Amino acid sequence: MEVLKIATAGSVDDGKSTLIGRLLYDTKSLTDDKLEAIERSSKQKGYDYLDFSLATDGLVAEREQGITIDVAHIYFSTATKSYIIADTPGHVEYTRNMVTGASTSQVGIVLIDARHGVIEQTYRHFFINNLLRIKNVIVAVNKMDLVDFSEERYNEIKADFQKVVDKSDYEDQNITFIPVSALKGDNVVEKSTKMSWFTGKTLLQHLEEIDTQDIYNLGKVRFPVQYVIRPKTEEYHDFRGYAGKVYGGELNVGDEVVILPSKTKSKIKEIFFYDKKYQTAARRSSVTVTLENDVNVSRGDMIVKENELPKIEKKFTATVTWMDNENLRAGSKYVLQHGVHKVLAKVGAIHNKINPDYSGVETGVDSLKMNDIAAVSFQLNKPIFLDAFKEHRTNGSFILIDPQTNNTAGVGFIE
Amino acid sequence: MTDKLYINQLENEAIYIMREVAAQFKKPVLLFSGGKDSITLVRLAQKAFYPAKIPFPLMHIDTGHNFPETIEFRDRLVEELGLELIVRNVQDSIDQGKVKEESGRYSSRNMLQTTTLLDAIEEFKFDACIGGARRDEEKARAKERIFSVRDDFGQWDEKNQRPELFDMLNGQIDFGQNVRVFPISNWTELDVWTYIEREDLEIPSIYFAHKRNVFLRDGLIWSASEHVYKDEDEEVEERMVRFRTVGDMSCTAAVDSYATTISKVVSEIRDSSISERGARIDDKRSEAAMEERKQQGYF
Repeated sequence: MEVLKIATAGSVDDGKSTLIGRLLYDTKSLTDDKLEAIERSSKQKGYDYLDFSLATDGLVAEREQGITIDVAHIYFSTATKSYIIADTPGHVEYTRNMVTGASTSQVGIVLIDARHGVIEQTYRHFFINNLLRIKNVIVAVNKMDLVDFSEERYNEIKADFQKVVDKSDYEDQNITFIPVSALKGDNVVEKSTKMSWFTGKTLLQHLEEIDTQDIYNLGKVRFPVQYVIRPKTEEYHDFRGYAGKVYGGELNVGDEVVILPSKTKSKIKEIFFYDKKYQTAARRSSVTVTLENDVNVSRGDMIVKENELPKIEKKFTATVTWMDNENLRAGSKYVLQHGVHKVLAKVGAIHNKINPDYSGVETGVDSLKMNDIAAVSFQLNKPIFLDAFKEHRTNGSFILIDPQTNNTAGVGFIE
Repeated sequence: MTDKLYINQLENEAIYIMREVAAQFKKPVLLFSGGKDSITLVRLAQKAFYPAKIPFPLMHIDTGHNFPETIEFRDRLVEELGLELIVRNVQDSIDQGKVKEESGRYSSRNMLQTTTLLDAIEEFKFDACIGGARRDEEKARAKERIFSVRDDFGQWDEKNQRPELFDMLNGQIDFGQNVRVFPISNWTELDVWTYIEREDLEIPSIYFAHKRNVFLRDGLIWSASEHVYKDEDEEVEERMVRFRTVGDMSCTAAVDSYATTISKVVSEIRDSSISERGARIDDKRSEAAMEERKQQGYF
């Protein structure tokens, strides 16, 4: 069994929640009591069909306004995969939630209303999937029932979207188009009988066949030290274990390593997972390692292989998505959290703010408001050990914390 | 250890979160109810810090209406693992006049726990409370963050939650605030059971099928007990049942079951067509019941 995380994006009323509800319904993932609640609520509102969006729209405010306002996580599984859907809202003011949902996802679903076609929001959704290097993007052209299941209309939308894709610099990205009707159930789980002209797979079939191993290539291993384990018991008197999660590759006993920032050399002596010792620590496993020699290592340090050093920098430029009510301003200071490593950062110049309609960039700006995206240069009080985001998803990203409010105010992708 | 196995991915994520709690907070505590989710948390914490001991205590907010089997189990586990356990009682909050006991047909102490919990957080100056809530349990919980900041009054502001990106958890708070931490956010009920089976964890006996005196009300099976209000015309009968959650006796309904082992429980849940909280009487109060309780500082 494998897990696949999916982020959905669509504008208000594109039918995102309905699509998810349909996936749950047709895969028989809704339990009787949930189904009953949906039936009851749909009837109360006087709908003549089942309102699946009720399966996902959780908060009271959402039920009142009939829109999704925050990231909700929905779970279902088939015989081959476990799915986690991060249902993220699509309106312009909630870009931050979309970026959040996409940051932990491996697949993006972009919804388009067949009646409206490619609109400004579509550019934004695709751009965010690209910014976060989501390898598999599914473009679901929804509400096909409202355009008479027209092949011509579908092809028109596909061609419009292709123009957006052509401008992208992410060559390895897989983009798949599927015409669906979430409300009626066409091409979501069941093959549509009304669109025989479409020979591709249904949405679920496509998801089932995505190779999850192919999504992240193994590369340079990064082991940020989260916590130092010192039991101070009789049995483990001198034990010093470095606990952390392995990113980007594998660590092996005997590997020649360097500890940053001290650049001390050592070797991996043991790898523990709970009370068992292993030869190898797989990518994304939370292990504890010990080192051959007695070196001083603390939280925020990073263990890497000797021949795979990251860049050690106090100055760099990153693409920032701003997420806070308080604007980002050139010259202001933030706490920069890079993995588990915190340093102080001063904002330098802001260049190339991306226009909301993605028509181009704006130069000469000195502040960013919520949902703005721009290239920003930073200066740090201490170096961090970084990779470019394109090469290393986890080691190429960071968050900015406002020291006054403690809020997570922005996210950066290192260039 | 290969990341192909789904349950291992969840385990690795939860261990990572446990370690972030120990590293980022001064005074964390693990909220322990004796239920399967908190038993899972204890195992994850053991794994996160081995060979050192779990670097924080457990705390149980005892309503006094718990199943006695759960309390016995709690005390045994704590002793076997050499953990520190803090118990605070809802009865004390009632005696101090801070909360008023509910009365009538659906009376329960479930809501009253919130006051006792908030008082205990203040008493011990806990800055992080680890809980076993899962996003699949209930609609409002689906929006919960892994690090969820509560204000001085223990309240949750669902419109102003910190975004959580990649693996990065922001635990920076002001004095007086605290963070609720949910390491098994992404687990489903079935995942928890699969894990308990794999790890061969001991759980309270009420999770397995047993004979019990019960009565039927609103299509749910209620435990006949001194803590549960019962009308005279509600007839008590003996039935083979088990519990899917171990909340209070007054808010947890049983299900018909013959599952006497963990593997039988797992296959029963796999085939089940009623969700776990479908047997939670407290959620049936209204569609937004959980969200309202959370805003007031509930777990």
